[in-house]
Amino acid sequence: MTVVEDQMAPPAPPPRRGNPIWAFLRNSWRQLTSMRTALVLLFLLAVAAIPGSVLPQRSVNIERTAGYFRDHPDLAPVLDRLGMFDVYASAWFAAIYLLLFTSLIGCVIPRLADHVRALRTVPPNAPQRLDRLPHHAAGVERPDDPAGTAAAVARTLRRRRWRTVVREGAGGGWTVAAEKGHLKETGNLLFHLALLAVLVGVGVGSWYGWHGNRLLVQGADKGFCNTLTQYDESKLGARVDASDLTPFCLQLTDFRAGFQDSGQPKSFDATVLVDQDGKEYTRTFTVNDPLRLPGATVNLLGHGYAPVLRYTDRFGQSQTRVVPFLPRDGMFTSEGVVTYPDANVDPTGKRDEQLQVGFEGVYLPTVGTDGRPTSVYPAERDPVLFLTAYRGNLGVDAGLPGSVYALDRRQMAAGRLKQVSGARPHELRPGQAWTLDDGTKLEFLGTRPFATLAVRHDPAQPLVLGGAVLGLIGLMLSLFGHRRRVWFRMTPLAAAERESGGTVMEAGGLPRTDYPGFATEFEALVRAAKDDEETA
Amino acid sequence: MAELSNQLMAFTVLAYLGAMVGYAAEYAFGKRSHIGRAAVRPAQQLVGAGGPPVVDEVESPIRPAEARDRGALLGWIAVGFNVLALLLHLGALVTRGVAADRMPWGNMYEFILSVSFVGSAAWLVVLLRRPGIRHLGLFVALIMVVLLGANGLIAYTPVGPLVPALNSYWFVIHVSTIILASGILLLGAVPAAMFLLRTGYDQGKRRFPYTLGKRAPEAGTLERLTFRLHAFAFPLFTFGALIAGPLWAEASWGRYWGWDPKEVWAFISWIVYAGYLHARATPSVKRTTATWIALIGFTTMLMNLFGVNLFFEGLHSYANAG
Repeated sequence: MTVVEDQMAPPAPPPRRGNPIWAFLRNSWRQLTSMRTALVLLFLLAVAAIPGSVLPQRSVNIERTAGYFRDHPDLAPVLDRLGMFDVYASAWFAAIYLLLFTSLIGCVIPRLADHVRALRTVPPNAPQRLDRLPHHAAGVERPDDPAGTAAAVARTLRRRRWRTVVREGAGGGWTVAAEKGHLKETGNLLFHLALLAVLVGVGVGSWYGWHGNRLLVQGADKGFCNTLTQYDESKLGARVDASDLTPFCLQLTDFRAGFQDSGQPKSFDATVLVDQDGKEYTRTFTVNDPLRLPGATVNLLGHGYAPVLRYTDRFGQSQTRVVPFLPRDGMFTSEGVVTYPDANVDPTGKRDEQLQVGFEGVYLPTVGTDGRPTSVYPAERDPVLFLTAYRGNLGVDAGLPGSVYALDRRQMAAGRLKQVSGARPHELRPGQAWTLDDGTKLEFLGTRPFATLAVRHDPAQPLVLGGAVLGLIGLMLSLFGHRRRVWFRMTPLAAAERESGGTVMEAGGLPRTDYPGFATEFEALVRAAKDDEETA
Repeated sequence: MAELSNQLMAFTVLAYLGAMVGYAAEYAFGKRSHIGRAAVRPAQQLVGAGGPPVVDEVESPIRPAEARDRGALLGWIAVGFNVLALLLHLGALVTRGVAADRMPWGNMYEFILSVSFVGSAAWLVVLLRRPGIRHLGLFVALIMVVLLGANGLIAYTPVGPLVPALNSYWFVIHVSTIILASGILLLGAVPAAMFLLRTGYDQGKRRFPYTLGKRAPEAGTLERLTFRLHAFAFPLFTFGALIAGPLWAEASWGRYWGWDPKEVWAFISWIVYAGYLHARATPSVKRTTATWIALIGFTTMLMNLFGVNLFFEGLHSYANAG
């Protein structure tokens, strides 16, 4: 996919009337593998990637995608049909990079063959007129005879890793032809083949990899095991079955977050009890240092607080819930909801749907002095829970999907779920209880930390990394390598001076690529060839 | 210390402004003759195989003539301002790092401060090796003034500690290589633009932007310089953005590539610069076309530096700007 055009253009085929379909295919293939097409495809790929940064992507941020659908109800479905919310998984994006890689293969394979041939070919014989070459030196005299000189020069060149051939010419003359810099093309081919390896690695990873997200609250009663149903959100590769997930269980035993006085986070450390293959062990991991288990990596993505709330209903039955409240800002003003759909069930077992209870509100780890419902510090210095109580039908029995972090607005709008506390949210501190209008009681027992975890497995990662590293090595070889040739011609000194057995030497150099350093190298070579000590 | 850093920053911009005025004065009053002579000198090797730039000792045949030249004197004054600006720039960076007690790469303000420093330092290295291209300094200084000015106005962030997400040794590896690569790629846009102006001028175009090419060094020199800067920075960028970045992302976010807006634009820049290198290596593609591609790459880099931080929300949102 680069440089050597003199090798790329095949000689014009003899005019022959072939199969038109075959001719069309052959011409299409030539067109596809041409540099111009490759450049156009590269550009298309760059342009096609842009929408993915402008529009929210499902694979990156599903909430923002949903938000875009809410804000642009007319435009969003049209864009969706074009795949604009899954740009990198869309058919047209795939079409571009597959064509590009086809073009790449079509270009690299013939060049690979050429290169192998070039590596096995001896450097060509010296041109007649060395003085026509860009670099030239003449009149260098040596005391040995031409054959000995040629051998010595060849030794010098070989020591400098030149591919060297010594040939005997007419009239007692000898020539040395040498070539260097095949690493450039080797690097070029390595780079492009490594790109293929990366593509294969990405493909294999998306087939055989899987990942899931899980919010894990601290406590033995809140453990989680690596099965699909226990994830809040998950995605399996095309060739992965739910039963393929590595079995292990995690339990968050401790979570510590450190903050600066300004509220900026300083450190997060999660300690978990791992249960895998019948062994239990404790591990601590943090943001940039994931928990690496055999067959899965667990990354710490975020954290928050889960208030513990006990509700005692009108029949004296208590239920305790630990509900994660999702942080809304950097100071951990957290929003959440706690519901008791099974509250106020008559001791005889009779349910009254109108007596279900729910509380919605915010949790502030540190309440400000101005009484505003926003936290002023992310750690629990002065925690307060502001709640509003609702009673009625929570709408959870209808089977419709709803958020677990908000009450059902449709039920409220329909009057089936009524607010039963005052206009202002009720303020609760840890240990405090709140008695509602019907004599029932809500107690705020305290909070537990929770961690949001990403669990992931990608078996092809080593392949992708290996491909990228090899690609970089190939890239540097191809950018900084230079192909060049030199020739030395040894002619016997004129007959009158022949007794001394001397030789006169002429040298020529030809850089095959734009290489300004060649002049210096050529001079050094000629000097070395002249210098007895080095050639001896 | 933070206050000192801010003051040094202000003086840095002033010094670059001084350098810009000096370069501009030379541009306006300098003699055409020695520029022409400087322009045809053979290009030097800039980049060794994979290693750091190698300095070739080359006799400058034009220096004695220049010493008597008023324009050249202005030029050297400009270079003096430029060196002063670079030192102040370094001072602003170091005091910023001392004040924060970490590498000064923690947010957009510090990142642009570092990228522009690398660009400026690389410019002086190139200038040292090829005094003949001194006239490009006007545009380098102009870019510095604009970039640093915009940075101070749009992206200024008070000194603060690193968030835990950045607290990793990958922070040093990933960010430093990206800063190096970005700085050199941004600098590479200067000879690229001048090459296009110069070629346009040589082809007889006399409209406004092309008149700037009149005093630019010879087109071939500019073109080779453009290529060398890009060829040097491209592998660095590849390592920083496409190897070190994914390695860190894997440890931090659990996946090596996730199409975060910053990742998308790094990918786009990489593709465009790869296109430039391919076009440059293909004889049938005109050098002007290839150089236009390099300039498109420059705009994608700018987009990634400013646009992505300011307009898009993503995982790389450490900018605290706006």
